[in-house]
Amino acid sequence: MTDATAPAPSPAGAVTGALIRGLTRYAPLIILAVLWEVVARLGLVSGSSLPALSSVAAAWVDLLRSGDLLANTWASLYRGGAGLALALVIGTALGVFMAWARPVNALIGPIVELFYPMPKSALIPVTVIWLGFGDGSKILLIFLGCMLPVTIGAFNGARSADRTLVWSARSLGAGRLRMLRDVVLPSALPELLGGIRTALALTFILLVSSELIVARAGLGYLIGYLGADGNYESMFAVVLTVAFLGFAADRLYQMFAARVLRWQQ
Amino acid sequence: MTSAHIVIDRVNHLYRPALPQRGREHDANAPLLQVDNVSLEYRTPERVVRATHRVRFDVHAADRSVLLGPSGCGKSTLLYLMGGFLPIETGRILIDDKPAGPPGPDRGIVFQHFALFPWKTVRGNVLYGLERQGIARDEREQRAQSFIDMVGLSGFEDSYPSQLSGGMTQRAAIARTLAIDHGILLMDEPFGALDAQTRHLMQSELRNIWQRTRKTVVFVTHDVQEAVFLADRIAVMSARPGRIKTIVDNPVDRNDPNVFKTKAFVDKVDEVWDLVREEAVKAQGARVPRGS
Repeated sequence: MTDATAPAPSPAGAVTGALIRGLTRYAPLIILAVLWEVVARLGLVSGSSLPALSSVAAAWVDLLRSGDLLANTWASLYRGGAGLALALVIGTALGVFMAWARPVNALIGPIVELFYPMPKSALIPVTVIWLGFGDGSKILLIFLGCMLPVTIGAFNGARSADRTLVWSARSLGAGRLRMLRDVVLPSALPELLGGIRTALALTFILLVSSELIVARAGLGYLIGYLGADGNYESMFAVVLTVAFLGFAADRLYQMFAARVLRWQQ
Repeated sequence: MTSAHIVIDRVNHLYRPALPQRGREHDANAPLLQVDNVSLEYRTPERVVRATHRVRFDVHAADRSVLLGPSGCGKSTLLYLMGGFLPIETGRILIDDKPAGPPGPDRGIVFQHFALFPWKTVRGNVLYGLERQGIARDEREQRAQSFIDMVGLSGFEDSYPSQLSGGMTQRAAIARTLAIDHGILLMDEPFGALDAQTRHLMQSELRNIWQRTRKTVVFVTHDVQEAVFLADRIAVMSARPGRIKTIVDNPVDRNDPNVFKTKAFVDKVDEVWDLVREEAVKAQGARVPRGS
């Protein structure tokens, strides 16, 4: 479908075309996978450092069959989703209100500046002391870690709202709060969506690292458990699962963001 | 232009028939909008800038007034004060003898850089104000469509501003503002960002729309020809701090399709240009300091 004048390709042809494009795009990954397999098969590295990709795949199937993979994936996604959702709602509201009202900015701005550069993984033991080993501590950690990039994105975006847009809305009959919703928030979207993408990546980082250190379930926990057990094929299978989930989440998010911002050219 | 006329006739009934009487309810001779002794200063880190100084200016209902002056003379600032967008520090602005309140549907505005909501389609933009007025769904859809047709954007209802040319974007902005039955229409160099040909066409169309809708208009520009073509009254402003230097009445008949070539028009442009030239020179001098 690259040429508008060409006859419409059959559905099968379109699928083949998409497949070929996908294969070309991800060819480097395929080469990497083949190299991995070859290096492991030839015994160039020890099996515990890098088990062959084929045995990792077999271990992945076993993990899936046993139900361990799904149960722990679900536990992780629940924590990540809940923490991120909280961060989105509260972070966006905070950022927009900071941009909207000077006193709110004066009150919260310095706190945001102080905590933004702090590595949030340092809070792992703190959240465990507060909320224990279960879901609560992970959700709190992810919330705290992801809120600031969202807040800063919303703040910068909302501040960039064009004053003539604000004035137009006012003269068309929008009150102050209405204007906030109808003008400031959508003006903030491009920067806000950038902040959320950062937050999404942080979610995976904080999720797995907190589960590795203290948890009784989750993908991070599973990696740690399998590694300590010497079950390296399975451990690699879970590591690859986490990598894939992060990648898929980011791609889906970018598609979503492009759809939301379709009004930009 | 003819098709625009036909559509404008269709739009006319959407305005309340008593529109021009709004400002005349209390007293036929009292101005609808009064700018009384308004001064405004703003502070930059280096200095205090006096934007306008003791401006007095009256607008009667159905007047088409132009504020004309060199760049930086504070004419846009004055318009923003009339709109209620900037706080008034000294002096008063009255509408119907009452202090002008915060921005609202009694005063509509069209900005130089269009200020359409980029995340809304043309229809969405025109509907926005109608939604805020609490107009019933069917009526506002119909009304929005009438004004989109009037400015010649039929077929572009679902386009986003980023997909339109400058002239089309400005038409959409004009439709959005006109769709609300604002008592007063404020226009801040609305054609300043358009190319010369589009600007010329838009000026003619705007005059048609004004004549059909009998709006009270305050129009800001630094273009003398535009001022003489559009205004019944031209308020010439001085270089900063902006004051009203002179008010020139403009009786030139501008319905003639060749108006730009008529002697009356050319003479009026010369007359106004002489008044502005001096101020434009001062404005240049103020910005390019030379050794005394």
